[in-house]
Amino acid sequence: MLEFRNKATTETLIKEIRKINPKKDIKIMHVCGTHEMTIARWGLRKLLPGNIKLICGPGCPVCVTSTSEIDFAIKLVKEKNVILTTFGDMFRVPGTDSSLSETKIHGADIRVIYGVNEAVKIARKTEKQVIHFSVGFETTAPTIASEILENKTLKNFSIICSHRLIPPAMNYLLSCKDIEINGFICPGHVSTIIGCEPYKVLAENFAKPMVIGGFEPNDILLSILMILKQIKTEISKTENEYIRAVKNKGNIVAQKAMSNVFKPCDKGWRGIGTIPNSGFKLRDKFVEFDAEKKFNIKIKKSLDIKTGCKCGEIMKGKAVPHDCPYFGKICTPERPIGACMVSVEGACYIAYNYS
Amino acid sequence: MCLATHAKIMKIKGKHALVDFEGLKKDVKIILTPEVKAGDYVLVHAGFSIQKINKKEANESLKMWNTIR
Ligand code: SF4
Repeated sequence: MLEFRNKATTETLIKEIRKINPKKDIKIMHVCGTHEMTIARWGLRKLLPGNIKLICGPGCPVCVTSTSEIDFAIKLVKEKNVILTTFGDMFRVPGTDSSLSETKIHGADIRVIYGVNEAVKIARKTEKQVIHFSVGFETTAPTIASEILENKTLKNFSIICSHRLIPPAMNYLLSCKDIEINGFICPGHVSTIIGCEPYKVLAENFAKPMVIGGFEPNDILLSILMILKQIKTEISKTENEYIRAVKNKGNIVAQKAMSNVFKPCDKGWRGIGTIPNSGFKLRDKFVEFDAEKKFNIKIKKSLDIKTGCKCGEIMKGKAVPHDCPYFGKICTPERPIGACMVSVEGACYIAYNYS
Repeated sequence: MCLATHAKIMKIKGKHALVDFEGLKKDVKIILTPEVKAGDYVLVHAGFSIQKINKKEANESLKMWNTIR
């Protein structure tokens, strides 16, 4: 993929961006932590004209997982003699009183895994109940769905179903009158699954350019150029810059697995609020895989955002990490206050490490 | 978390494949991309291949900027 890092191409793309620059403030939002990583790592913001702003949206799945889900996972693994599996990113995210990593220090059996198939393997070798803390967007949800479909008879495996969906979140942000977005770089890997269709209605309804972008620096710059071109010609449509991986219809096998196992439901996004039809829950026929139904655990009221933390504002594109008075002072990756400073895909974590 | 990495399929074994991430060999599940064959490039996320990569199309988007000016 070296061509997407080619410096001469980068320079040409920047030149083209300057040429087409409408010279008014343009806010381009992305909704993917991996895009933010590319932007920060390659210093792309500094290469762009000052009026073109790249802003983060709610593109970090563990940052938007509600505290109540973390609190539930912690209470479950503390109270019952079970094994909890989780993806590494989720491990240190603070719940209301503590995180999974702190809970593990006190003896709970919490295991960090790379893929859900490892959780199923653990379940096959033990009598204990194994619960997977299942977070992630449309990129991850099909892996969970396919494991459930392959292991329908497995009695000691269930999930805390915390999946969230990107297009409804984009729809929500575009509906907020106080959030200004001139175009979206749509998430490349989510789109390998869902394809281009879901963005078309957003581009039409809100008259905003939508460009699905890849993850190399020149992918991002080309996506920006494509958005600026749409702005210039006053056409708002969905375009696909990441054609090497994103098919128009996405991955149909994965979509079928997802819709077979899950159905959409309203979901709370940490720091943002409840967004209609923005999450997945298990369909009734898979209810025995639903840890919340399987285990009767009551949690007390949970606290999503600590006083002063601006994670919510940052994920809505209304603030940047440096606007937070705690940033880099009392909030650091070693002693994080908000979820955005914990996850490697969190806006504050990335800003801290690259600024 | 939506990080996905490119890999080349070396050998298919039922629902699994041995893939090569630029030297690092790993077993991944190919159940979400049943059409893939040895020699194909795929995107791997959380131990699953999630999409076949079209190497031919890799350069297409870079050519695209020529046409959108
Ligand atoms: S710097 Fe810390 S406290 Fe401030 S917004 Fe980011 S995570 Fe929240």
